[in-house]
Amino acid sequence: MPTGVLQIRAISGHPGTVPGRGVQREEEVCKYVDVTTCIGCKACEVACVEWNDMPFQQTTFDNTYQTMPATAWNYWNLIKFNEHPRDDGTFMWLMRKDQCMHCEDPGCLRACPADGAIVQYTNGIVDFQQENCIGCEYCVSGCPFDIPKFNSLTKKVYKCTLCSDRVGQGLEPACIKSCPTGCLRFGTKADMKAVAESRARQLREQSGYEHAGVYDPPSLGGTHVVYVLHDIREPELYGGLRKNPQIPITYTWWKRYAKPIGLAIALFAAPAAFFHYVMEGPKPPQPQPPGEEVSR
Amino acid sequence: MSTAVERFDEAARRRVGAHGRTVVRDDELLRHPVYTRVLHWSVAVFFLLALLSGLSIYSPWLFRFITPLFGGGPTTRLLHPWFSLGFVVCFALQTLNWLEPMTWTPDDGRWMRRLRVYVSNAEPVEPEYVGFFNAGQKVYFWAIVVSAIVFLVSGIPMWFPKTFGRPAADVGYVLHDIAALVMLGGFLVHIYEGTAAEPGTFRSMVRGAVERRWAWTHHPAWYREATGRDPRKDYEQARGARRAESGRQ
Repeated sequence: MPTGVLQIRAISGHPGTVPGRGVQREEEVCKYVDVTTCIGCKACEVACVEWNDMPFQQTTFDNTYQTMPATAWNYWNLIKFNEHPRDDGTFMWLMRKDQCMHCEDPGCLRACPADGAIVQYTNGIVDFQQENCIGCEYCVSGCPFDIPKFNSLTKKVYKCTLCSDRVGQGLEPACIKSCPTGCLRFGTKADMKAVAESRARQLREQSGYEHAGVYDPPSLGGTHVVYVLHDIREPELYGGLRKNPQIPITYTWWKRYAKPIGLAIALFAAPAAFFHYVMEGPKPPQPQPPGEEVSR
Repeated sequence: MSTAVERFDEAARRRVGAHGRTVVRDDELLRHPVYTRVLHWSVAVFFLLALLSGLSIYSPWLFRFITPLFGGGPTTRLLHPWFSLGFVVCFALQTLNWLEPMTWTPDDGRWMRRLRVYVSNAEPVEPEYVGFFNAGQKVYFWAIVVSAIVFLVSGIPMWFPKTFGRPAADVGYVLHDIAALVMLGGFLVHIYEGTAAEPGTFRSMVRGAVERRWAWTHHPAWYREATGRDPRKDYEQARGARRAESGRQ
C-alpha cells in the first residue's frame, strides 16, 4: 500500500518543469469495482459524503433506485442503477459505482488552462486544486466521463479526489472502506488488474457470463478505477459507461499543436511590421520637405 | 433600414459631438469627428482588455504573466466576458457609424491587386481612386465585424454552458480561438499602420484632423470630395513650390 507524501506527475496549464515523476518510488494505485457483486446498498455514497464533509441538498426522484440522476459538485460517488432485461424475459440489476475514473491520460488536465488547478500524482490520482481553479469549465468538456461538476456559487469545479488525503496517509479511500460485500477493493494498479482479470475469468468459466471482462479503457492509457462487468461488449448498459472514451480533439492536437502554432503566426505580425519599417521605412505625407525626399 | 441606421447614427454623432470639439487648422481637414473618436477608443480599450484576459487563458505560457494584471486567474475569467461585451457593444455602434464609408467598391478590388506596390512603398502617393478608407482598412474592418459575430455566437455558449449545452461550448472554444488569432494579427498590423508606418495618421484618431498633404497622399478621392480640389494637381503644385523654395536657398 502506498504511503508517504504524494508526488506530482503532471500539472495543468503549467509551462515549466514538473517536480515529481521518478523522484520517489511510488506504486500506481487503483480502485477495483466488481459490479457483479455490488448490492446497491449505497454505503459508498454515504461514506463519500461523510468523509468529504459535503452539504447535502434536495435531489430529484426519477423513478429509479438511483439517489440522483447524475453526480454533482457535492456528490462525487453515485451508484447508477439499470434494470436490464435478459434474453429469457427476466431482468437483472446492473449497478455501477460512478465516480472519477482517474485516467492515466486525463482529459480534464489536458483541457485546463489554469496553472496548477489540476494535478496528477505519480500514483495516478487526478486531483483538483480549487484555489487555482478559474471556473472556466474546460475540464467539463475535456472529461470523457462527464465527471467534473461546476458549483455556480463558488465558481469552482469539483470531483472525486480518490481520497488523496487518505491515500497520502496510507489509508484506503472512504468508499472502499465502507463496502460490505467486498465488491470494492483498493491497491496497486497491477494487483487490482490481476484480481479483476481472475474474477472475470471466474465469471466466464464458472458463472456462465461468457462475455465477462475488465473495463480499463486503453484509449485513455487505462484508468485508475477498473470495473469487472458481466458483459464487456456493452459497457453503455452500466449507466452510460463509454465503450471507447476519447478526449475531444479540442484538447489534444488542437490545444497542443494548432493553438501555439496559430499564436506564433498571429504574433509574427509584430516582427513583420518592425522589419517592414526597417527595410521599407515609413510612408510620409507628400511632398516631403526638400532634402527629406525618398531616394531608392 | 439604412435610413433608420443613418438617423440613429446622425443623432448619436450630434449628441456626442456637442460635448467635444475638433480643432482643424488652415492646412488641415476634419477626418474623424468626436463621436467616431470616442467609439474608436472605447472599442480599443475593451478590445485590449478582452485580448489580454483572453490570451492569458489561451496559453499556459501566458497565464502566469497576464492573469496578475486582472487580479489572478479567477477574476480574469470573470472579467473576460464583460470586457468582450463592452467591445461588442461599442463595435456595433462603430459598425453603424462606418457602414457607409466601409462599403466595398470595385476600386477596392483594384487596390487589392496592387497591394504589393502599397506594401513596398513603391509610389509616394496613392492612386487617385482611394477614398475615405482604402481597401486594406476595409478588409480589417469587415474582418472585425465577422470576428465580433463569431466571438459573440461562440462566446455566449462558453459563458452559459448550462443553458446552451456542452457541444455548443466545445465548438465555441475552437471558433473563439480562430477569431482571436485573426484579430490579434490584424490588430498588430493596424497599430503599425496607424503610427510608425504612416506618419501623420495617429492624429486623425486623437485630434480628429489631418494635414491636407496627408489626405492627398493617402486618400486622394476623399481629398477631392472634402475640398472639391484636384489632389494630384495640388500635390504637384506643392511639390513645385517646395522645389522652388529649396532652389532659392
